[in-house]
Amino acid sequence: MSLHAVQTTSPERGHQRNPGFPLDLDWVERVRMNRSALERRASTIGARRSVKKQWQSAWMLKAITLIDLTTLNSDDTPGRVERLCAKARHPVRDDILKALGAEKLDIKPGAVCVYHAFVKTAVKALKGSGIPVAAVSTAFPHGLAPLETRLMEIEASVQDGAKEIDIVIERGQVLTGDWQGLYDQVKAMREACGDAHIKTILGTGELATLTNVAKASLVCMLAGADFIKTSTGKEKVNANLKTSLAMVRMIRWFHEETGIEIGYKPAGGISSAKDALTYMALMKEELGTHWLQPHLFRFGASSLLTDLERQLEHQATGRYSADYRQPMV
Amino acid sequence: MNEITNIFESLDYGPAPEAAAPAEVWLDLHGRKFGQFIGGKWTKPGKTFASINPANEKELARITDGTRADVDKAVKAARAALPGWQALSGFERAKYLYAIARQISKDSRLFAVLESIDNGKPIRESRDADIPLVIRHFYHHAGWAQHLERELPDMVPYGVCGQIIPWNFPLLMLAWKIAPALAAGNTVVLKPAEFTSLTALLFAEVCEKVGLPAGVVNIITGQGETGAALVDHPDVDKIAFTGSTEVGKIIRRATAGSGKGLSLELGGKSPYIVFEDADIDSAIEGLVDAIWFNQGQVCCAGSRLLVQESIEDKFLKRLRARMDKLRVGDPLDKAVDIGALVDPIQVQRIRSLLATGEKEGMVKYEAKGALPPTGCYLKPTLITGVSPSHTLVQEEIFGPVLVSMSFRTPEEAVALANNTVYGLASTVWTENINLALDIAPQIKAGVVWVNCSNQFDAAVGFGGYKESGFGREGGKEGMRVYMKPAFEKKLKPAAPVKTAANIDTYETDGIDHTAKMYIGGKQARGDSGYARTVIAPDGTAVGEVSDGNRKDVRNAVEAARKALGWANTTAHLRAQILYFLGENLDYRRAEFADRIRAMTGATAAAAKKEVDASIERLFAFAGWADKFDGAVHNAPLRAIAAAMIEPIGVIGIAAPDENPLLAPIAMLAPAVAMGNTTVLIPSERHPLAMTDLYQVIETSDVPGGVINIVTGDQPSLARVLTEHDGVDALWYVGDVDHSAEMERQSTGNLKQTWTTRGLDFDWFDKDNLEGRFFLDRATQVKNVWVPYGA
Repeated sequence: MSLHAVQTTSPERGHQRNPGFPLDLDWVERVRMNRSALERRASTIGARRSVKKQWQSAWMLKAITLIDLTTLNSDDTPGRVERLCAKARHPVRDDILKALGAEKLDIKPGAVCVYHAFVKTAVKALKGSGIPVAAVSTAFPHGLAPLETRLMEIEASVQDGAKEIDIVIERGQVLTGDWQGLYDQVKAMREACGDAHIKTILGTGELATLTNVAKASLVCMLAGADFIKTSTGKEKVNANLKTSLAMVRMIRWFHEETGIEIGYKPAGGISSAKDALTYMALMKEELGTHWLQPHLFRFGASSLLTDLERQLEHQATGRYSADYRQPMV
Repeated sequence: MNEITNIFESLDYGPAPEAAAPAEVWLDLHGRKFGQFIGGKWTKPGKTFASINPANEKELARITDGTRADVDKAVKAARAALPGWQALSGFERAKYLYAIARQISKDSRLFAVLESIDNGKPIRESRDADIPLVIRHFYHHAGWAQHLERELPDMVPYGVCGQIIPWNFPLLMLAWKIAPALAAGNTVVLKPAEFTSLTALLFAEVCEKVGLPAGVVNIITGQGETGAALVDHPDVDKIAFTGSTEVGKIIRRATAGSGKGLSLELGGKSPYIVFEDADIDSAIEGLVDAIWFNQGQVCCAGSRLLVQESIEDKFLKRLRARMDKLRVGDPLDKAVDIGALVDPIQVQRIRSLLATGEKEGMVKYEAKGALPPTGCYLKPTLITGVSPSHTLVQEEIFGPVLVSMSFRTPEEAVALANNTVYGLASTVWTENINLALDIAPQIKAGVVWVNCSNQFDAAVGFGGYKESGFGREGGKEGMRVYMKPAFEKKLKPAAPVKTAANIDTYETDGIDHTAKMYIGGKQARGDSGYARTVIAPDGTAVGEVSDGNRKDVRNAVEAARKALGWANTTAHLRAQILYFLGENLDYRRAEFADRIRAMTGATAAAAKKEVDASIERLFAFAGWADKFDGAVHNAPLRAIAAAMIEPIGVIGIAAPDENPLLAPIAMLAPAVAMGNTTVLIPSERHPLAMTDLYQVIETSDVPGGVINIVTGDQPSLARVLTEHDGVDALWYVGDVDHSAEMERQSTGNLKQTWTTRGLDFDWFDKDNLEGRFFLDRATQVKNVWVPYGA
């Protein structure tokens, strides 16, 4: 494959990219996830940790840097994508940042995430901002186009300037236990990505059990995923905390065994600042503060930004804010 | 605001304080000094002691140290309130319990904050665990008040209940005590622990607010002496205690022979078993619930980790990493996992235990992270390098200290789990349902949590085996603890036994008819080499039996313990054997009737009636064997909470002289039907009916050791049984003094006792003795929680 090298952004200095590992089916078979126990932990994480005042402000500002600002709708147009990119360049009103004393922080989202068709538009709109463009490029959201087609789509996206590729796995491979098939596909996609980072979308809402989610996570990581991601946003069930726990714990186990740090991206349904902070607490508790960096954690979201901005304004002024006061995403 | 940019990098949590003000205002409103709540009125504070906030060791309020006179006044108030309270319909009582639940709901944050500043527990726990469980308990028991007569027929409330609760879950333990007591129609005098009286006092105000009739609930604050006064008070009908095993034993001795009902919820050293096929990370998170909940000050804390050797290293490594994430600090900080221990004295006690552990060579790991400079704090601690012979493995630490050992096989896990004097709770982690359901019945504990830990609910009974106490709290099994069979109240003292001829012991002289002991399925010669003559009312000798001694009892108990596998036979098999026993006795009914006549001088008709009744009783309990079964409770959780009926173990039975065949069979049959093994001391004066029964037992396929019979001096042999730590329960039929003695001496292993205290039980009474009365006493309830979900 002829792919040009893509420059990676700086915060991940010293970060070793996942080189991929042989498929270890014994390991896959050892995976156990107890749903009730995960639900119990998930339901208390928000109650066990909370941040207030300036801590809350700092965490919310951090949350913005962890967003993959996303538009993935069938009616997207270049104009819509350009508006999104403009918001990405300027995610929080200056007066709010100033009031919080946070002007110097370089607050910008982790990436802008679009369909392949809009990669060029986004790259152009974000030029000079340092914000990478992520593309969903494997017959998103179903992932059922011929493999060659999907691989060609990845290559095309990378060629158009995408630095991150969000691929979708074939859910059927998980449901039928075809781990080898899944591994081979993800490995091929990873190769197609070249230097662009690969996020593997599991479509967790369609994988039936948390054990399946965990096994699929492991197979994707073994195949070379840089990120594992929950959902396309198009399934009936989007990201939630119990699924996140299952995936995050697989990331932890993978790190324990290989020393490689894999990123996590919950996507879909995370629209409030409070939810975002709970996810961050979960990451901090289960994986450590280190994981709260854009190269290891992203939210797949769009309306989340508005709520974060609104809450930041509240922190800055002491008055509750309204959504229409924030420039729309 | 440079701070934000710093936090942006560090992503620290920062403080998240819950305001203490409303609780402080409440304390100020009372001048930070409290009297007692007696008969619906507040007394003036008397001599007081300080209640401190263990987070900063500052005084919160002064609490009245209750005197004997205070206790007497409170018991009188409870007594006076009793008729009115019992005259109310179940619905009326339900309305009060419902109102209490609603009122606590309305004041829930005040209760939570007050609990946290008084006890030191994190606000997250008092807010999300203690108080919601309290409210749930009153709701649940409102229902029991209304359905009692239907669901527990022929049971009546005890009357005045004295309740003594610990400091670890102050308001929750109050709810566990008061809700069922009131639902059942009792009135109560409750003494909170001296460290934590405040929420009980706030609860008294709830009683006032909802208009609970005066005297139904009385709150007496004080220290150990106050509790002792309540235990000793002659007009208290029942004592319920939650606390240490040491104090539980003192209470058992103090109430011996008094006829007071008694339920004890005591200490524990609960095993936490992790098999290699568990969801390891979830099992580690479960440990946080098990041992780092409430600073580890939980009687059922999973404090003994047993992890399969194949995963031990990985498990402990991940556990230590998890421990490092626990945040210890201000209980009112919403983002704190572990608050303050209740009092400096507890911190000292645990430090001293840890010092012993160090001397014994333990390896200690303390979680990273700093402690607040002042206050009663300890770091979460993991102890490795220990075995069952180490002090820290045997003793209840009651703090945030976990001891860890490994096991190789399921069998070894069970052996280690049961290698303790306690039996309160246990936890089992495995994804294999076959393994989980194999292990759960084998653990001698009142609660088994599968793939979870420290789950509680008002609908599910909670309570211990062994030295963790007896009685249950929660569920239908918990309601039974606050009621007693109506017929017991009508029993009259037994007529003094006619002492006919003097029974001397003398050396054997080779008479062939000397009946031997029956031990381990064999006729065994007595150890003493002495025999006793059995004399008929007319003074003639009708035979001889061995004069049993300590060693015979010891041998019998050993045989009974070896036969404990009887519990694992199917109920159908036990039924068959009891039916067969009845059938074989029936075959020899004439012979047994003649023997009864010869020994007791009974009429032919009376003797025949006794034999017939004995056969009928065997059939009755054969019929019960596979029908007295458990329940599945409705906990508000996606789980099966199965209340399993299990035998107690070895039951010692001392039979009376009356009805020398029927009385022992009336007790043996339920004990054996439920899977217990037994050591019987038959009638001292008329033992031959039971020694004759050996042959019937032998021909009826009763496995050796299930029924053991030792003849001789009834009270002295019973004393050996009650003092034997291998006997799990003692049923004693005899006079007041001996009954008291048996109860007093039972505390070595805190065995469950039932004594007749000289009351005249009618052994022919089918209505009352052919059913639950003995079945309840022959069994204990184990609740197994199994959450599920694909």
